[in-house]
Amino acid sequence: MSSETEKILTTDGIPLEVSLKKAERKNKIKAFLLVAPLLLFLLITYIFPIGDMLMRSVDDKMVTEMLPKTFKSMEKWDGKELPPEEVFESFYLDFQKLVEEKRDGKLSTQLNYTKNGFKSILKKLRRKAKNFEEGNYKEQIMAVHQRWADVEYWRAIQRRAPAYTSQKYLKGIDMYKNEEGNIVSVEEDRRIHRILWLRTLEIAFFVTLLCFLMAYPIAHLLATLPMKYSNLLMICVLLPFWTSLLVRTASWMILLQQQGVVNDFFVMIGLVADDSRPEMMFNKTGTYVAMTQILLPFMVLPLYSVMKTISPSLMRAGKSLGGTPFVAFWKVYFPLTIPGIGAGCLLVFILAIGYYITPALVGGASGTLISNQIAFHMKSTLDWSFASAMGLMLLAGVLAIYWVYNKLVGVDNIKLG
Amino acid sequence: MSKNLDFVKFDKVDKSYDGKVLVVKDLNLDIAEGEFITMLGPSGSGKTTCLMMLAGFETPTNGEIYLDKNPISNIPPHKRGIGMVFQNYALFPHMTVYENLAFPLKVRKFQKDEIDKKVDKALSMVSLSGFENRMPGQLSGGQQQRVAVARSLVFDPQLVLMDEPLGALDKNLRESMQYEIKHIHESIGVTVVYVTHDQSEALTMSNRIAVFNDGKVQQLSSPDKLYEEPVNSFVAEFIGENNTFAGQVTNMSGKECKVKLNDGTEIVANPISVKSNGDKTTVSLRPERALINTKEKMDNNFKGKIEEVIYHGDHTRVRLDLLGNKEFILKVPNSSANMDIKMGNQINVSWNSHDARALDPK
Repeated sequence: MSSETEKILTTDGIPLEVSLKKAERKNKIKAFLLVAPLLLFLLITYIFPIGDMLMRSVDDKMVTEMLPKTFKSMEKWDGKELPPEEVFESFYLDFQKLVEEKRDGKLSTQLNYTKNGFKSILKKLRRKAKNFEEGNYKEQIMAVHQRWADVEYWRAIQRRAPAYTSQKYLKGIDMYKNEEGNIVSVEEDRRIHRILWLRTLEIAFFVTLLCFLMAYPIAHLLATLPMKYSNLLMICVLLPFWTSLLVRTASWMILLQQQGVVNDFFVMIGLVADDSRPEMMFNKTGTYVAMTQILLPFMVLPLYSVMKTISPSLMRAGKSLGGTPFVAFWKVYFPLTIPGIGAGCLLVFILAIGYYITPALVGGASGTLISNQIAFHMKSTLDWSFASAMGLMLLAGVLAIYWVYNKLVGVDNIKLG
Repeated sequence: MSKNLDFVKFDKVDKSYDGKVLVVKDLNLDIAEGEFITMLGPSGSGKTTCLMMLAGFETPTNGEIYLDKNPISNIPPHKRGIGMVFQNYALFPHMTVYENLAFPLKVRKFQKDEIDKKVDKALSMVSLSGFENRMPGQLSGGQQQRVAVARSLVFDPQLVLMDEPLGALDKNLRESMQYEIKHIHESIGVTVVYVTHDQSEALTMSNRIAVFNDGKVQQLSSPDKLYEEPVNSFVAEFIGENNTFAGQVTNMSGKECKVKLNDGTEIVANPISVKSNGDKTTVSLRPERALINTKEKMDNNFKGKIEEVIYHGDHTRVRLDLLGNKEFILKVPNSSANMDIKMGNQINVSWNSHDARALDPK
């Protein structure tokens, strides 16, 4: 059937496809120009920073650039015994250059991260190096301090040779590369990050669950009440959105503290004794309560928008066909709300997993999350590369959850509004 | 077989939603077993409310509904065993056609092979065999409608309620579905209570029609009686086309009465709801009962001016200015005898006094 595959021509003899493209081009350009500002904005504020973060988290060029000759000469060294004279010479030359540029301090900080004890021996080396004679640097350097004669320290320097490192990521899950190059866990009493990751997942999971349990009836009520009442209820749901997050968290602090309103009430109705008021703040309880309240609207809205589209006659049909109210709900209504449940849970879980202000204010020591740790490294230790690494791990975790969700439920089934 | 004449019985049923307005007023209605009864009326007339009370989704404010002699007000909908077809089909969108039909059987704990058998039977009844694995969204409106009908019948209920089931279909499909539902009713003998606001639908399908207005049954009778012998001007107006004359009764004499119209002329009419001289009345006359230039002897003969002529193929609609009524409609059969119907012509119009029903004033 050649006539079918033949190209269709317009009356002017131009192939239809070409003509169509030409006609559509203008619209395409117009559409692109319309989204261009947003694209640019996203590029500058989102794509580039994330890329930069990624680079920063694996970047280890600083030492590589400070000791170029040393690393070059180390390439031939097998690391079993003390390096040859050549390495000592290049190290001396690199170090002298750094001293001239007054950058040796940074080097000592960096090397000290890798192995403790570098700071003092580098300081000593700087003092002594002024008087070095040419030639036989190995002897001269080793004479400065006994550690310079320890092969371990040279191996430590060698480990800093690659320009990129996964060290920060390993640190994020409480692991590190030991001297032999194996990846091992840190000692048990120093594993703080794993606890934080698990706690973040746990809190996010339970906050999602709590939000779901509370939001489902509210959303149902919203979707079925007459307009007059549902509007009022909707305002009540949205009201928290219009209040500053900080204000809301602060009010939870007022409510939950030991001399706070909730505790006073408990004492008043005789639920607890005055001298044994429970601590509801600066621990997990505070984090749960405040986060659930703050994230509740994100669960209510997707559920509501889905429930709104479910015709009430479906439940009636279920009942008229002989299903008990529970069967009608479970077999007819509930399956139809799954897209909303999926959207709401995903939204709340992802927001909860990266929550920061609320746990920081009401969480105390046992209620802080991984994001607080990230903030801590951003602001206090200034270890930005570690903060970036953890941020990216969080991002990867969220994407993984999204992927799993897509496999289980299918993203097409999500309905946000 | 003796039929149960009050299989469904509405006994002095009142319904109010807000405690101020009665949506259904003192409803008394008996529905016989195997009957196809239609509740017909404009929207807001209370017909759907009656259906919902029967289905169990609304409770009567006063009075009682009996199903097969048992009061059912306190029985929840799922225990009434009444099949129902909803306005928008209410098929479960996440289930296949098979699962939709199997739902009422599964909740009744039927065995799998029995379910298969019944679903097969119900689907072949609506000529949809082979559609078991389709989703409702993949079906056309008419097919969805048939699935809904099949689903309401699959568990062999004795009573099926249909709430404007054909409202969403286009005209041709609606007509063919009307016959289909009628045939299903005839073949399985189930009692059907059907709600619609479409009078032609009601006339085509029903054994009896209850015309609702203002929360009350205005008339309950067979389709032909309803059309030919409306008992009040609402029914006359609501069912079919209708010419009306407002006037006053001047001379009651048994089977006839004289009505003096507002322009002074007197016509002879059939007194239905007028009792004595001086009563105000609306005289109702079906368009096809008035003839033009006829040789038959009739007791009302008047001259009218043709205002409008609309050609309808098999007949011609003529609007006349007759006895002060400028909206007087005539249906003239398309035959060679009636060729002189032109705008502006004066023609003779005649009708029998028996067909001019003097009803309550509007």
